[in-house]
Amino acid sequence: MKLYNYILSPSCYKVRLMAALIGVRLELRPVDFHPGGEHRGPELMALNPAGSIPILEDGDLVLTESSAILVYLAAKAAPEWLGSGKAEEAARVQQWLSFSGRLTASLGGARLHEMLLRPGDIGAFQAQGIAALRELEAGLFEQGLRGQRFLAADRPTVADIACFPYVALAPDGGVSLDPYPAIRLWSRAIRALDGFIEMPGIHRLHELKPEPHIEPGEA
Amino acid sequence: MTQDAMIDEWYPVGLVSQLDSFGRKTALMGEPIDVASDADGNARVTANGRTLPVCVRYGHVWSSLGQPQKELFAIPEADQPGRRFVDVGVVRVRCSPLRAVENFLDIAHFPFVHTDILGSEPHTEVQNYKVEIREDADEVWATQVKFYQPQAARSASGGITTEYMYRVPAPTCSVLYKTCPPRPGEWDVITLFVQPLAEDLCDVWPWMALFDDESSMTDLIHFQQTIFLQDRSILENQIPRLLPLDPGMEIPTRADLTSVAYRRWLKRHGYTYGAQLVAQ
Repeated sequence: MKLYNYILSPSCYKVRLMAALIGVRLELRPVDFHPGGEHRGPELMALNPAGSIPILEDGDLVLTESSAILVYLAAKAAPEWLGSGKAEEAARVQQWLSFSGRLTASLGGARLHEMLLRPGDIGAFQAQGIAALRELEAGLFEQGLRGQRFLAADRPTVADIACFPYVALAPDGGVSLDPYPAIRLWSRAIRALDGFIEMPGIHRLHELKPEPHIEPGEA
Repeated sequence: MTQDAMIDEWYPVGLVSQLDSFGRKTALMGEPIDVASDADGNARVTANGRTLPVCVRYGHVWSSLGQPQKELFAIPEADQPGRRFVDVGVVRVRCSPLRAVENFLDIAHFPFVHTDILGSEPHTEVQNYKVEIREDADEVWATQVKFYQPQAARSASGGITTEYMYRVPAPTCSVLYKTCPPRPGEWDVITLFVQPLAEDLCDVWPWMALFDDESSMTDLIHFQQTIFLQDRSILENQIPRLLPLDPGMEIPTRADLTSVAYRRWLKRHGYTYGAQLVAQ
């Protein structure tokens, strides 16, 4: 499986993270998104007329929507990440997968504007990002009342991976996560998953690493 | 705040490779400027109709709001055959331009911020190194800096003890010379060119001159962007926003010698755009 990848793209990171969590090997094809603008060049536009990355190729299959890529990886290697299939849970997974598009448009737009100087209305990006974060905070709080730590179930699903990166990187776009305790706990739960990988701006949980071994008398 | 002695310095304002006749609207020390190519394809920088000094070097267009007294600092390696020159691209950071440089000079944060790339626990010790303000060149230099790095460069395979030299030739620019894994005896050159937009906002233009015949250009760009973007979130959270030049709440340690010399050098020259002068 070949992933057209940009190291700073949260949408590409979703795919890398999902693959790492379920043990799927990806062949990475780096794309010079910035400063080169390679995703808008003829080779990649032929593959994805939308001019966006990630793009996943697996044989004849070409996928250009990150949620579809997550579902594909999970269906192939770890179907439990698609949810149990019960009506309410299946609907919640779909609800948050669609919702993740709003995070990309708002928090993702703010981040590109503030970090890589891409055009856009920063005030609108941030206001819509805050509205989305409030909705996510409420959703996670209600999940907590149901005794569930993740967006659709008591275990992580593709929906969590779809929403996590743009939320965790909100401060890059000038949107603080301080007001959202449920989001911070959820973010911590995701970062504590076995096989979790980081990206620039999303740090690993240092405190969960093994305690350093100190020889007696050394301290 | 005044624009002080820094007004006569050269600053990066754009990539030569991205110059066009439409122009790029940006800013220098609070003043809106326009960076474009003229009818002959030469770089032209204007501020409110006034034409500013221009110099094209190291992949970037440089300009100044004042009258630069000196040529742009020299990087002889930029003319050395066999090197690959990497335009890493602009990244905006909500921090003082001086803080961006100071962070670049620090090694102690490697294991914690660039974990498993430029440093790793438990290899956190910063060994003694030498720092001086070279009076002849009027530059800050740190030499004999050694640090254990799991993946020192894109071209490195496995951990090595890397040697560094740091150089500050201008208040918002730093040049780093670093062990070159494929060519022992040569130094890789990694620079941080910082464009001060405001006292607490800057555009950072990293640039590199490397010996590496293996990696693709995109891989080289991505390696450096990964490192710098790990720093960005830290830089945006430093308090106070401006770089303190007087001793106050901060307690420097031996590992911070380069930073101490950099601050002393800034203060000596009155380079205070982005600095905090009164201890709080």
